[in-house]
Amino acid sequence: MMDTVTPYVVLSSILFTIGAVGVLVRRNAIVVFMCVELMLNAANLALVAFSKANGNLDGQVAAFFVMVVAAAEVVVGLAIIMTIFRTRESASVDEPRQLKW
Amino acid sequence: MVSPVEATGVFHLLWVVVALPLTGATVLLIGRPLAPAAFDRFGHWLAVGLSSLSFVLSLVLFVVDLGRDEGQRQVVQHVYQWFQTGHLDVGMDLLYDPLSALFLLLITGVGSLIHLYSVGYMAHDPRRTRFFAYLNLFVAAMLMLVLAENYLGLFLGWEGVGLASYLLIGFWQARPSAAAAAKKAFVMNRVGDMGISMAIALAFVTFGSTSFTVISHAAGQASDGRMTALGLLLLLGACGKSAQVPLQAWLLDAMEGPTPVSALIHAATMVTAGVYLIVRSGFVFDLSDAARTAVVVVAVVTLLWGAFIGCVKDDIKKVLAGSTMSQIGYMMLGAGLGPAGYAFAIFHLLTHGFFKANMFLGAGSVMHGMDDDVNMKHYGALARFMPVTFLTFAMGYLAIIGFPGFSGFWSKDKIIEAAWDYHWYVGVLALIGAGITAFYMTRLMLLTFFGQRRWDVDGSRPPDWHPHESPRIMTGPLVVLAALSILGGLLLLGSWISDWLAPVVGEPEHHEGAPPAWLMSVFAVIVVAVGVATAWAYVGRRPVAPGLTRFLPVPHVEDVVVPPGLQLTRGLLTTDKFAVDGLLSGGPVALAAVAGEFRKAQNGYVRSYALSVLGGTVVVALALLVVNW
Repeated sequence: MMDTVTPYVVLSSILFTIGAVGVLVRRNAIVVFMCVELMLNAANLALVAFSKANGNLDGQVAAFFVMVVAAAEVVVGLAIIMTIFRTRESASVDEPRQLKW
Repeated sequence: MVSPVEATGVFHLLWVVVALPLTGATVLLIGRPLAPAAFDRFGHWLAVGLSSLSFVLSLVLFVVDLGRDEGQRQVVQHVYQWFQTGHLDVGMDLLYDPLSALFLLLITGVGSLIHLYSVGYMAHDPRRTRFFAYLNLFVAAMLMLVLAENYLGLFLGWEGVGLASYLLIGFWQARPSAAAAAKKAFVMNRVGDMGISMAIALAFVTFGSTSFTVISHAAGQASDGRMTALGLLLLLGACGKSAQVPLQAWLLDAMEGPTPVSALIHAATMVTAGVYLIVRSGFVFDLSDAARTAVVVVAVVTLLWGAFIGCVKDDIKKVLAGSTMSQIGYMMLGAGLGPAGYAFAIFHLLTHGFFKANMFLGAGSVMHGMDDDVNMKHYGALARFMPVTFLTFAMGYLAIIGFPGFSGFWSKDKIIEAAWDYHWYVGVLALIGAGITAFYMTRLMLLTFFGQRRWDVDGSRPPDWHPHESPRIMTGPLVVLAALSILGGLLLLGSWISDWLAPVVGEPEHHEGAPPAWLMSVFAVIVVAVGVATAWAYVGRRPVAPGLTRFLPVPHVEDVVVPPGLQLTRGLLTTDKFAVDGLLSGGPVALAAVAGEFRKAQNGYVRSYALSVLGGTVVVALALLVVNW
């Protein structure tokens, strides 16, 4: 059993790490966004893999929730990015730092 | 021992003695603003009348008491319950016994005479009504002090006379010196009052009551240490009110007040309250030799110190003030000698009340004639122009130096004799004090009434100017007081005063082997004669040097006490500012500093927030792993 799930988990970890590193090091808001999606889907992959391994649907249900949340997040997030891009002519995530003041 | 019987008959009126002058004070203070014209014309007569009525009543009580058996002479009247809290149950009880009887007569008698004198002395003062209101207030408070049956009632009177003294010293409040003197007297008295209030607390803790009756019966059961502490605290209080070393400095400045005030409060009555306190608390001092010795030491130091002050002042009132300190020192000495001296302390207190009030009023009369100049070096040769003042003053003078036959001779002699019985060197010091007294009083007499005319101080007086005798209303009281100064010694006739006071203070015991009384009197007279002769040689035969008399620059008490006190206060302030405030406000300041550091993490970069979130997640994950291992 363990052997069938391990590769998925490893893949999931790799994807998550790539996503996390991307969020931390990239400045383009679109790329950061994509990296966030990557992390969410890495989690989805792990959830579905465990769901299959455990033989119940809990994981898959959770994955659906994640997808719904991700879709909603994309809607809001892209709208924000668009607005910032319009005012600042830049999609850098460092730009909204000005909001602190 | 205080074992009073319930008040009957005329003693039901005991409270009226206090109430009369109190009413006077209230009516005058409230009525003056309502009807200024009427009170300015008649207000002072109301005060004189009420004070005299109080005297008449005291006299009636005294005569009735005189007719009673010895065991019936202590009378207590419960007026009302003052307050009750926890175990402390204090009644407004008045105690009339031979001791307070004498005080009542002194306070109301001399007080009324001084009221009468003030009518003349303060005639031109626009605030005369207020002055008389304060005088009445003083009389009421002093009567409360000597009539109270418990320490709290006594304390009420004690603070009352302190207040009246403050108000009257500073009566001419527009003068900065008078305002400062009043404040000084008040503050220094506060030190003594601290002693009294702690003594009252200690008495209550020890005996569960503040009543003289209860404490005097239970005194034997308390430990020696307690009694000594009680005695020393009471002595501290007595030192404050009676201007004894080390709390004596206020009395000289108190002379800023109007002269009748100096006579009534700062010579005849209030300053003797300390002696009253010690004699009244005899049951405490009887049980503690240490406390009694402390009283004797304070008394001897003060009687010499006061006499020394009397020698070096040029201000006539300050000489008399120094003399007052010195004479109260004699009374304290008597009180410190125990049953052997209590009665004589009170005897000297009475005669001193007569002759010192006489001399102060005489000094006031001189000042009245000399346009309020107080410097004796500006007087001289006044005997011819103020004959009544001179003659009455001379009676007081002869009394205070102890000229044979005059009242002071009998009273001071008895104290010196008792002091000699106590220990020979106390006796010698008391004798030396008597010699110095003779010196400075003779100096005062010579400078004021004899010698050259030195009136023309700055050339402003015309050559034919001369002082006038004071009006009758002022010389009348002088004559009465002069008569009392001469005849006061009659109280000793057949040792009446000792027998009269015996129920309160016990019988004076007489030591065997002591030098006979007549020998002591001879010694005293010789010492006094030496003092007078020295003064004659030093002052009488030489021209008076202008300028201030200087002699051994001795630091004032306030110069010794105040700078360290200021330093202490500054130190406390610094401690408060840096240690206490630092502790309290330092915490928040440190917190703000730390928060300032943390604030830098909020840099606005999404990436750094993301890193924190990730870091946190990793930490949580690791923690879960560790916990679930």
